[in-house]
Amino acid sequence: MRILIIEDDSEASEYLVKAFREQGHVAEHAADGLAGYGRASEGDYDVLIVDRMLPKMDGLSLISGLREQGVQTPALILSALGQVDDRVKGLRAGGDDYLPKPYAFSELLARVEALARRRFGPKGEETQYRVGDLELDRLSHKVTVGSQEVVLQPREFRLLEYLMKHAGQVVTRTMLLENVWDYHFDPQTNVIDVHISRLRSKIDKGRENPLLHTVRGAGYMIRDGAR
Amino acid sequence: MTALGKLFRTTAFKLSIAYLVLFSIGAGLVLARVGARVKEVLDEQIEQTVEAEIRALSEQYAQGGLRQLGNAVERRVRAPGGSLYLLSSHSGDVIVGNIEPPNFTPSGGSELVETTYERRGEPGVKHPALLRLFLLPGGFRLLIGHDIEDHEVLRDILRRALGVSLFWLALVGALGGLFVSHRMLERVDVMSGSARRIMAGDMHERLAISGAGDELDRLAENFNAMLERISELMSGLREVSDNIAHDLKTPLTRLRNRAESAVRAGSSDSEHRAALAAVIEESDNLIGVFNALLMIARAEAGYSSDNMAVFDADAVVRDIAEMYEPVADEQGVRLEVAAQDGLAVTGSRELLGQALVNLVDNALKYGGTGDEPRIAIEAQRVGDRVEIVVADRGPGIEPSDRERVVGRFVRLENSRSRPGSGLGLSLAAAVARMHHGALRIEDNAPGLRVVLSLPAMRTTVGPTARMERA
Repeated sequence: MRILIIEDDSEASEYLVKAFREQGHVAEHAADGLAGYGRASEGDYDVLIVDRMLPKMDGLSLISGLREQGVQTPALILSALGQVDDRVKGLRAGGDDYLPKPYAFSELLARVEALARRRFGPKGEETQYRVGDLELDRLSHKVTVGSQEVVLQPREFRLLEYLMKHAGQVVTRTMLLENVWDYHFDPQTNVIDVHISRLRSKIDKGRENPLLHTVRGAGYMIRDGAR
Repeated sequence: MTALGKLFRTTAFKLSIAYLVLFSIGAGLVLARVGARVKEVLDEQIEQTVEAEIRALSEQYAQGGLRQLGNAVERRVRAPGGSLYLLSSHSGDVIVGNIEPPNFTPSGGSELVETTYERRGEPGVKHPALLRLFLLPGGFRLLIGHDIEDHEVLRDILRRALGVSLFWLALVGALGGLFVSHRMLERVDVMSGSARRIMAGDMHERLAISGAGDELDRLAENFNAMLERISELMSGLREVSDNIAHDLKTPLTRLRNRAESAVRAGSSDSEHRAALAAVIEESDNLIGVFNALLMIARAEAGYSSDNMAVFDADAVVRDIAEMYEPVADEQGVRLEVAAQDGLAVTGSRELLGQALVNLVDNALKYGGTGDEPRIAIEAQRVGDRVEIVVADRGPGIEPSDRERVVGRFVRLENSRSRPGSGLGLSLAAAVARMHHGALRIEDNAPGLRVVLSLPAMRTTVGPTARMERA
C-alpha cells in the first residue's frame, strides 16, 4: 500500500514513515501543504494522511482542492483539535476519516488499512459477508454458522457486520464506537470489550479455532482461523 | 475633551438640537403662512371697500358732476380713517384730496397697486398704501386707496413674535437638551468608571442601577449578568489551572519514575518492555484527562450555534443504556431504562452522549453495590424541560458534598482508591450548562440520583416543528 504522509513536524513524520515501512507499506512524506498537494494530485497513492494544520496550505483546503480536481484518494485527517465540530468540518471538506492527536500508531494503522481497503474492495456494497462457516446476509439480516442460524440483537448484528466488512483487518475500539454506535468519544471502560465477548459467545461458541480475535494493544479482527 | 464639549457630543444633546431645529422650521412655516393669509384677507377687504367707493363716487359724479363729486370727496377726506383720496384734473392740478399727488402715474386698471404716498401737508414722509386710479369722463382722475401702515405693523408683530418665540424655544430646548444629556452623561460616566475599574482588575465591581427601570438600567443589568458570567468563567479557569497543576503532576511524576527506572542500567529486555508498556498506559490516562478537560472547556465556553442540531434525547438515552447494558450485566447490576418518545432538544448529541456515559459509568462504579443492585436510566418531559435521570441504589453522596462533587478533579474520600479523574460529573454539568440546562444531584433514598435537566424543543406537531427537525 502506498501512503503519502503530509505532516510538517519532521519527528512525527519520520516516525510514521518508519512505522509504516515496518508494516510493509510504502510511505512517502511531504513537509508542507503545497508540496503535499502537488504530490497527491500527481502520484498514485492508496491513502493520504493529512495534518490539519500545515504551512503554506492547510489540510482542509488541500483535501477540498484535491476533491475539486477529481482526486478521490482516501484521506485521513490528523488534528490536534479533537472536538466534534472540528471532525465535522474535516469530513465536510472531503476527508474520509479523522483522528485526533495524540493517537496510538495501531489506531492509525487500522484506520489507514480500512481506508485503503475501500479503494481495493469490490465496487459497490456486498450483500453477503462470509468468514469461514460464518455467513451474514445484509438484506435478510440473517446470520448463520454452518447451517445453524444465530439470533443477534440489532446492535450485535451491526457489530458483526462491521467486523466482517473488514475481515482480516484490525478494527479498533474507537472505530467500532464510531461506526457501530455513531459516537466519537473515548469509551471510558471496557464497554466495547463486553459487547465483543457477548458476540463471541454467540458465534464462536465451542469452536476450536475461533473467528473473532483480540489483537493486543490494538483491537479486534475477524478472520478464518482454520487457514 | 472639555466637560462641555463632552456634553455637546452626547447623543441626547444632538437629538434635542435636531428636534429643536425641526420644530423651529415647522413653527416658522406656520407663522409665515398665517401672516400671508392675514395680508390676503386684509387686502381683499380694502379692494372691496375701494370698489364700493368708486361705485358710489362715480354715481355722485354722474348725478351732480364735478361739484357734487368734489363735495363728496371733501366729506370723506374729513372723516377719520385710513382711506386715501385724490381728485385732480387731467393736467394734474389737485382739486381735493388728503394725499400729495404721487410722482408716478398709476395706470388706470382695476388693480390695486401697492405703493407709498405722502400725506397732504407732510411732504417727504412716505407711508405704504394700496392705491387705484379711476379715470372719470372729462379727463378727471380719481385716486382712491387705503393706508396699509397697520398691515406693516401687524406683520412686524408677527415677525417679532416668531423671533421671540424661536429665541425662547432655542434657549429652553438647548437647556433641556443640556440637562437631559448631562443626566445621561452622568450615568454613562458612572458606568464607564465602573467599566474602567473592572478592566483594571476589580472583577467584583458592578454597574450601578438607578432603579428607574429605563433602558440604561436594562443595559446595566445585562452587563452585570455578563460580568457575573465572565467572573464565573474566570474563576473556573483559575480553578482549572490550579487543579491541572496539582492533579496532573502526580501522574506525570509516575510517568517519569517509570521511564527513569527503565533507563537504569541492569534492566533486562523484558523489564524494559514492561516499563514502556506502563509508560504508554500512563500517558494514555493523561491524554484522557486532557481530552476531558478540553471538552469541559469547550462546553463551558458554549458551543457555536451552527454545531447545534435538534436531536432526540431519548434516542441518546437508549443508545447509552444499550451500550452499558452488557457491562452492567457482567457486574450483576440490573439496568432499567424508561424513556419517553420524541424528547427533542437542541444541542450536541455527542456531548450529551458523553455526559450520559459519565453518569452511567459513575453509577456503575460507585452505585452498583447492595443486595439487588440496579440502576435506573429515565428520560421524560417535565413541563418545558427534558429530564434525564440516572439513579442508583448505592451509598449516595452526603448533602454537604453534593455541590462540591461537581467541581473539577473533586474526588470524594471513599472514591480515591478507584480509577477515575474526578472530571466525569464536571463534564456532565458543563454539558448541561452548555444546553442552558442544569445538573442536579439528589437523594434517591437510598442511593444517588443525578438529573440532567435540559430545555425541551417545542414538540407541537405542525409544519414548522417538522421542518425544524428535518
